[in-house]
Amino acid sequence: MIYLGIDTSNSPLAVALVKDEIVLIEETTNLKINHSLTAMPAVEEMMAKAKIAPADLTHIAVAEGPGSYTGVRIGMTIAKTLAWSLKIPLYMVSSLKVLAANGQGFNGLICPIMDARRGTAFVGAYDGASLAPIIPDQHSDLKEFLEQLKAQNKPVLFTGIDVSIHEQLIHDVMGDTAFFSAPQNRLPRAVNLIMLAKESEPVDVHQAIPEYRRITEAEANYIKAQEGQSHE
Amino acid sequence: MNKDVYVLGIETSCDETAASIVKNGTEIVSNVVASQIESHKRFGGVVPEIASRHHVEQITLVIEEALARAQMTPDELSAVAVTEGPGLVGALLVGVNAAKAFAFAHQLPLVGVHHIAGHIYANRLEQEMEFPLLALVISGGHTELIYMKEHGHFEVIGETRDDAAGEAYDKVARTLDLPYPGGPHIDRLAHASDNAIQFPRVWLEEGSYDFSFSGLKSAVLNYMHNAKQRGEDIKPEHIAAGFQNSVVEVVTTKALRAAEQYSVRQVIAAGGVAANRGLRTSLEAAFKEKSIPFFIPSLPLCTDNAAMIAAAGTVMFEKGIRGTMKMNGRPGMELSSWTK
Ligand SMILES: [Zn+2]
Repeated sequence: MIYLGIDTSNSPLAVALVKDEIVLIEETTNLKINHSLTAMPAVEEMMAKAKIAPADLTHIAVAEGPGSYTGVRIGMTIAKTLAWSLKIPLYMVSSLKVLAANGQGFNGLICPIMDARRGTAFVGAYDGASLAPIIPDQHSDLKEFLEQLKAQNKPVLFTGIDVSIHEQLIHDVMGDTAFFSAPQNRLPRAVNLIMLAKESEPVDVHQAIPEYRRITEAEANYIKAQEGQSHE
Repeated sequence: MNKDVYVLGIETSCDETAASIVKNGTEIVSNVVASQIESHKRFGGVVPEIASRHHVEQITLVIEEALARAQMTPDELSAVAVTEGPGLVGALLVGVNAAKAFAFAHQLPLVGVHHIAGHIYANRLEQEMEFPLLALVISGGHTELIYMKEHGHFEVIGETRDDAAGEAYDKVARTLDLPYPGGPHIDRLAHASDNAIQFPRVWLEEGSYDFSFSGLKSAVLNYMHNAKQRGEDIKPEHIAAGFQNSVVEVVTTKALRAAEQYSVRQVIAAGGVAANRGLRTSLEAAFKEKSIPFFIPSLPLCTDNAAMIAAAGTVMFEKGIRGTMKMNGRPGMELSSWTK
């Protein structure tokens, strides 16, 4: 069994190969280079290094989002096309859960954060021991979400590279119940993605689409306009 | 005996998700297009983010369908060709990454095709190209006159300085409250009209093969504004006919002049607007009078499709051009010749 894992949902690029239970190779880069340019070369080089041919792959795991719209689409397109081409199962894991796995073992909740501008973020809360979702992944006003988290009355470990942008706000709302993962533990790791995939069910490859967790601006405006009309 | 070449084409530069298999660059084996027009209609135009989302939903389905209709397996393919640019960046990325993943999975050569080269090579699926030739590419995103000495040689001798012809059609259609996409509606109204408003023709400098349509669009808007202020009722068909007459006269005149100056043996039209009845009739009559062979591909090959990408990609493949896993969508890609 050879698993390929791909996470391009934010600026870091994470790929890994796991053979049975053995991590063969893991690569994470955080260079803000366009994933469209780098993701397939990373996969190709990693597989060449591990002397694994495309036909040797048996499972594909991909981070489904949320994150950058373009980012999640690149990973999803590559993963579903590879899985469909090679006729092997595809597994999708929340990009936030992949980040949460960095803190597994924490006694409390884990809150991965991806900044989504204008005071909003993609966030969720996971149980520190089991990684079971406690508050579902969502796109929220960060301050409101933090208040919701505080009401859980548990220590919370914050992770993800965007934590640094919001450290002050988190302190202000959460006080000393807030903990922060070390900077080297804030990047997504494709081996964690693969391990989480192993606990999940494969998806229908053709139906596989990113979990954007947010409708497009055009749709939001359209809905607003329709609502406006119906009130007239 | 030479082995037959089968190329899988993939096209996602705008709002069609398409895959096709073409034999030897000239024969369509299968041609699948999943159009998104219905989802964009309510927004009055293509919304790039929505287009990209649809491409991800459709991409493996259309490739699978192209193989199924061709009754072929990936190992029977010689190469994969994909639209590298120009187009909507987020839309291009889906096709490019799917093509890279497919090519990698099956260890097939990859070729990145310029969308306009694709439109031009659509003709080759119905009629062999004769050089030197002149191509008139006219669509929602392009209005170009391209001179070709031979396969893979492209010299852009004229292009639009502002709006593409199709863009102008859509904008005028919107002001006339016609549904999106507006081009066919203007064509239909113009065809049925008994009169036409006189709008200006924009010729630019003496001898120029470039186009400009934004002035014409403004003239239409001004006319409507003034008529409204005077309380005159506006006859949309007269406006449609006047607008279309102006576009058709300028495009036909410039294409004819270029064909004569460059002494081409063939003129081909390509792109969605080339399906416009008014333009088609005018071009056919003008070239017939001068005895210059003129071709327009049938409608499904005028609009965006993947067969045209496979057709152009086949010639590139045979010239030894190869893409790598580093290929990226290039929204502003320029049309350049395929030098060895
Ligand atoms: Zn086109």
